[in-house]
Amino acid sequence: MSVQTQAPAQAEAAPALVARNLSRWYEVKGGFLGKPRTVKALSEASFTLHAGETLAVVGESGCGKSTLARLVAMIEPPTGGTFEIGGVKAQGEALKRLRTDVQIVFQDPYGSLNPRQRIGSILEEPLLINRPDMPKAERERRARETLALTGLRPEHYDRYPHMFSGGQRQRIAVARALMLDPKVLVLDEPVSALDLSVQSQILNLLIDLQERLNLAYLFISHDLSVVKHMADKVAVMYLGRPVEIGTRDAVFAAPRHPYTRALLSATPKADPRQKRNRIRLEGELPSPLNVPPGCPFAPRCWKAQPICRQERPELSGAPTLAACHFPEA
Amino acid sequence: MVDASNLPASAGAKRPGQLSEFWRYFKENRGAVIGMWVFAAFVAVAVLADLIAPHDPIVQYRDHLLQPPFWVEGGSWEFPLGTDAVGRDMLSRLLHGARFSFYVGVVVVAFAASGGIVIGLLAGFAPKWVDTLIMRVMDIILAFPSLLLALVLVAILGPSLTNAMIAIAIVLQPHYVRLTRASALSERSKDYVTAARVAGASKLRLMFITVLPNCLSPIIVQGALSFSTAILDAAALGFLGMGAQPPTPEWGTMLAEAREFILRAWWVVTFPGLAILVTVLAINLMGDGLRDALDPKLKRS
Repeated sequence: MSVQTQAPAQAEAAPALVARNLSRWYEVKGGFLGKPRTVKALSEASFTLHAGETLAVVGESGCGKSTLARLVAMIEPPTGGTFEIGGVKAQGEALKRLRTDVQIVFQDPYGSLNPRQRIGSILEEPLLINRPDMPKAERERRARETLALTGLRPEHYDRYPHMFSGGQRQRIAVARALMLDPKVLVLDEPVSALDLSVQSQILNLLIDLQERLNLAYLFISHDLSVVKHMADKVAVMYLGRPVEIGTRDAVFAAPRHPYTRALLSATPKADPRQKRNRIRLEGELPSPLNVPPGCPFAPRCWKAQPICRQERPELSGAPTLAACHFPEA
Repeated sequence: MVDASNLPASAGAKRPGQLSEFWRYFKENRGAVIGMWVFAAFVAVAVLADLIAPHDPIVQYRDHLLQPPFWVEGGSWEFPLGTDAVGRDMLSRLLHGARFSFYVGVVVVAFAASGGIVIGLLAGFAPKWVDTLIMRVMDIILAFPSLLLALVLVAILGPSLTNAMIAIAIVLQPHYVRLTRASALSERSKDYVTAARVAGASKLRLMFITVLPNCLSPIIVQGALSFSTAILDAAALGFLGMGAQPPTPEWGTMLAEAREFILRAWWVVTFPGLAILVTVLAINLMGDGLRDALDPKLKRS
C-alpha cells in the first residue's frame, strides 16, 4: 500500500520514515452510564518517506492530520500499526534512541516556546537532555550555529520569546527542532498561524534547510498553495484515512479521488477571469465516532453507488493511489 | 532635560523586562505600594528588634506596673507605650513580637508552599487515580474550619510556637496544592511542554524545570496572602493559649495575657491588636497589588 519511490538513487538507503497501517483510536466516555465509544482519529495510514523528500498531508479539520503528526513524533503511541525510522522499528527499547531522530515544529509559535526560558537555553535544552556529557561551551557553540542557520542574529541568544515576532519565533522553533540533527522533521501546519509575507520566508527557510541537511519532512497542512510549493508527495486524508497518495504533480494535475477533486477545486485562484468549476460538497463531515461503513466519503460523494456504502475501497491504481471504487481516469 | 538625555540610552540598552513591567502595574495600585512600605518597615523592625528596642522584652520593672503611655498622665518617656501588668515595656515587646510574627509567616509559607507545590505538581502529572486521591484528601482538609483544625492539631502535638506553625502550615497547604495543580494542568497541554517531551525531557524535568516556573505567579500571590493568614492564625492560637507560651512576646499571647486588664489599662490590649491589624492589612493590600500585577487576565493592553 505504500508509495514506491521515484528516486532510484536513494533506493539503497533505508527510507527515513516508513509507516505501516498506523492507527490511533481514542476511547471516549459515552456520558453518564453510557457505553464508552471509540473515536477513530486515524486508521491504516501507510506511506514511505525518503531523506530529502517532503510528504504533505492535507485534509480538512478533524481528518487526523495532527494525530498522524503526533504519532510520528512519538508524542503518543499508535494503537495499531508500526512505523520505522531509518530502518529501525519504533517500538520498545528503540523508542528512546529514535527520539532524537524525529523532531516536531508546532503550528502556534506563541505556545511552543517556554516564556520563561531564554532562546539560548531553549535551543540547548535538547542537547542538555540527550547529550549530558557535552561541555557547556560546545552546547553554546552549536546553539549559536543553529541560530545563524535559521536566519537569526547572534544577539538573539540572550533574549526571551516574548521579544520576538511570530515569524522569528517559528524560526526559533525550527532551530530547536534541528538541535539534535534529526532525520525526520514533522511540520504540523508550521505557517498557518503566520502572516502571508512571513509564510513564504519560513517556507523558503525550510526548503533551504532540507537541501542543506537532507531532511525528510512530514508536512501537515490544509493550505493547498503551500503544499504545491513544498511537497514532493501528497497524501489526502478524509475522516482519519488517506484517500489518495501520489506525487505532487500527479495529484494536482489529475486527482483520481472525488474528494481530492473537490478539495482542489476549492483552492482560490489568482486570476479572476479564469473559469472555476467549483465542486460544492453536500452535507457535513461525519463524526469520527460514527464512521459510515463502506467508503467514508460516500454520503457526500456525487458519484456514490450502492457498493460505496457497503464495501470500503482500498488504496490502488496509478499514477496515484486512490481509495475509490470509481476513480477518475 | 535630564529625562530626555537618559531616555535613549536606557531604551537602547534593554527593552522593558518582566520586572519593570511588573513594577509598572504594581505601582498603579496606591494601597499596594503603601502596604509594601509598611511591610518593609515590619521586616526591618523584625530584623533589627534587638537594636532598636529600648528594653529587654522579658525584663519586669516591678516599680512600673501598668504604667500608661507617655502622652497620658502618669506616663513617661522611659516606657513610651507604657508597661504591662508585670512591668514589661510594651514597645520593646511589640518590636520583638514583630520578629516572631515574621518568623511564623516565613516558616509557615515556606513549608506550606514547598509542600503544596510538590504535591500539586504530582497531582497534575500523576495518573488520574493518584490525582483524585490527592485532591479528595485536600478537600477533606479544606472541609474543616481552618482555625479549628489548627487547634485540634496543636492539641495533639502540644502547645508551642513550633507546633502552632506546623499546624498552620498543614491547614494552609491545600490552597497551594489546588493552585499548583490547576496551573500545571493548564500548562501541561501547551506546545512548549510537548516540545520538551519530544526532546526527551524526563517527567521530573517537565514538572520542575519546564512547567513550574510558568505556574509561579498565582503561587506568589497566594504566598503573600497566606503570610498574613499565618500571622493571624498564630496570633489566634496564641490568644487561645495554644501557640507561643508566656513570656514570649508574641502578639496574640500578649493579647491573651492582657485580657483581664482591658478596662483598667486600655494600652495593653490596644497596641498588640493594632500591630496585628496594621501588619495583616498591609500584607493583604500588597498581596492584592501582586495579584493585579501578576495575573495576566487583569492586565490591560
